[in-house]
Amino acid sequence: MPREEVMKWLRARFFPHIWCPGCGHGVIMHALLRSLTALDKKPEETVIASGIGCSSRMPGYINACTVHTTHGRSLGFATGIKLAKPELTVIDVMGDGDCTAIGGNHFIHACRRNIGITAIVMNNNIYGMTGGQASPTTPPGAKATTAPYGAIDPPFDICNLAAGAGATYVARATIAQPAMCEQYIKKGIQHKGFSVIEIVTHCHTQFGRKNKRSSPVDNLNFFKQASVAKAKADQMSPEELVGKIITGEFVNKDIPEYTEQYDKLIAKVRG
Amino acid sequence: MPKIAFWQGNMGIAMGAIAAGCRFFGGYPITPSTEIAEAMAEELPRLGGKFIQMEDEIAGIAAAIGASIAGVKSMTATSGPGFSLKQENLGLAYMAEIPLVVVDVMRGGPSTGLPTKISQQDVMQARWGSHGDHGTIAYAPSSVQECYEITVEAFNMAERFRQPVLIMNDEVLGHMREKVIVPEDDSLVLVDRKRPTVSPDEFVPYRADEQDDIPPMAGMGDGYRWHVTGLTHNDWGFPTNNAAEIEKKMLRLMRKIDRFRDDIVKYDTESVKDADVLVLSYGSVARTALSAVRMARKKGIKVGHFRPVTLWPFPDKELETIASRVKTILVPELNCGQMVLEVERVVGKERVVRQNLVNGELFKPAEILSKIEEVA
Repeated sequence: MPREEVMKWLRARFFPHIWCPGCGHGVIMHALLRSLTALDKKPEETVIASGIGCSSRMPGYINACTVHTTHGRSLGFATGIKLAKPELTVIDVMGDGDCTAIGGNHFIHACRRNIGITAIVMNNNIYGMTGGQASPTTPPGAKATTAPYGAIDPPFDICNLAAGAGATYVARATIAQPAMCEQYIKKGIQHKGFSVIEIVTHCHTQFGRKNKRSSPVDNLNFFKQASVAKAKADQMSPEELVGKIITGEFVNKDIPEYTEQYDKLIAKVRG
Repeated sequence: MPKIAFWQGNMGIAMGAIAAGCRFFGGYPITPSTEIAEAMAEELPRLGGKFIQMEDEIAGIAAAIGASIAGVKSMTATSGPGFSLKQENLGLAYMAEIPLVVVDVMRGGPSTGLPTKISQQDVMQARWGSHGDHGTIAYAPSSVQECYEITVEAFNMAERFRQPVLIMNDEVLGHMREKVIVPEDDSLVLVDRKRPTVSPDEFVPYRADEQDDIPPMAGMGDGYRWHVTGLTHNDWGFPTNNAAEIEKKMLRLMRKIDRFRDDIVKYDTESVKDADVLVLSYGSVARTALSAVRMARKKGIKVGHFRPVTLWPFPDKELETIASRVKTILVPELNCGQMVLEVERVVGKERVVRQNLVNGELFKPAEILSKIEEVA
């Protein structure tokens, strides 16, 4: 059972949740709530935004200021909220399709702008809610309802994408490492600027049953076996890294945060 | 002392928004509406407000809705293709009941169409563009003075009814400069959204007050916790598949506008008392049509003019009363016939004559005058 201070963040009225038994999203939500309580955040000063998909239902279950928006667009809404009230803690939870397909443009521009929002991208390599269609992170060869003979599209590496677009804190963990998830989410929230935490999770219902990982345990074991810490990965060849999930921090740098820059601009204009 | 200004229509809208208390603008450049964004970029930081140029039209309206959720009056502005792109998030603002003003400076369509030329081809999109049923409030100003005043009113309506309000400007009026008498700020009546009076623990975010069917709205960061969603939801903002809860929400969305229709509807008439012919037009076309009506009057033709200022809700019963006395209703429009469908709904098809122009030009008074002479 989660700790009592974590339970206080739950919106019991909205339960039971829609996630399948054994879904990894609960691990991520728990890590997020542990991070928020550890950082002494107040729910009434914490905004959690999301788009559309299984992962995007998370805000509904959290008793904070929650905004469940349109598919892929949540970073636009979150940007408006953060800019209007920079004192709020703003977190945006997204899935892989939400963030990197329909929301790809919003994602790279939020990275570029370096606005103080923490993006948590729950990457399960599939569109789960709509029944298992290929996403921009479906591994080559993996099967999906819209890739019945195996995906041939090269996938995105979400962390590389975020780093390339200018995000100033970028990290990856898998749900097999809940303490690491919490650690990176905490650092992301504390970071001044746009932070991206990719958490590799599973959809055993839609991805797993077509790709020989049909139980939650299969997936946890896969994550444990496939994960390589960044320090070790740096010593490995590209061939050795095929099929591996590199975990760790990829970017952590200080660049002026957007809403602080905006306040300076206002001060300058107003003399 | 009121100030005299010489503005283009787009500037009138920007300055009206500032006067109405708008302190956030999210947008994207598009002809012929860009001057609104440029004016907001210059004015808002001076007032401690925020302008942000987003990565696209979709994000522009998303940011504006986000700011409104955080409690700040906000606006976005666009033109045809951008108005199409905004329809999805416009729907979220209807469903989640978020106050917002959206300006569409109409240009020729479809598609990229005529970026620098006038049309009135988006007026039905204003009513039906976003999927699903909802009440619509959409204005069509026809002078720069009105651009300013209507924008103040649009914000007041958005705040009062907790929904997006549309201003359907057009390219000619957007870029035309004329004199504006700018009232002093303290002479304006400004409306703010109804805030909750209960404590955060007792707050039920979508429980509407019986007297107006509108739920009080807390700004995020004001101590209240609540859930915004584009899913059909119950009073708690919780997604629902319950037929009774769905129906309650949907009917209230329509009813909150329908029951206050008389407070919203705005129109203007000239020379209608003894008219045999009634010309109905709006936006820039109304300026040309009024010239034609006055020229026809000088020739002894009994003709009057009816101008809907709110396209939606359409001033149907007001038109019906006046139209009952006339033989012919002429509807000149810069599209292939859109608002004329509303006119025909009200008065029937028999007496209605259409006059349509879709070549990117505005009617000339002589063209409408000759049509008046033809039908008189």
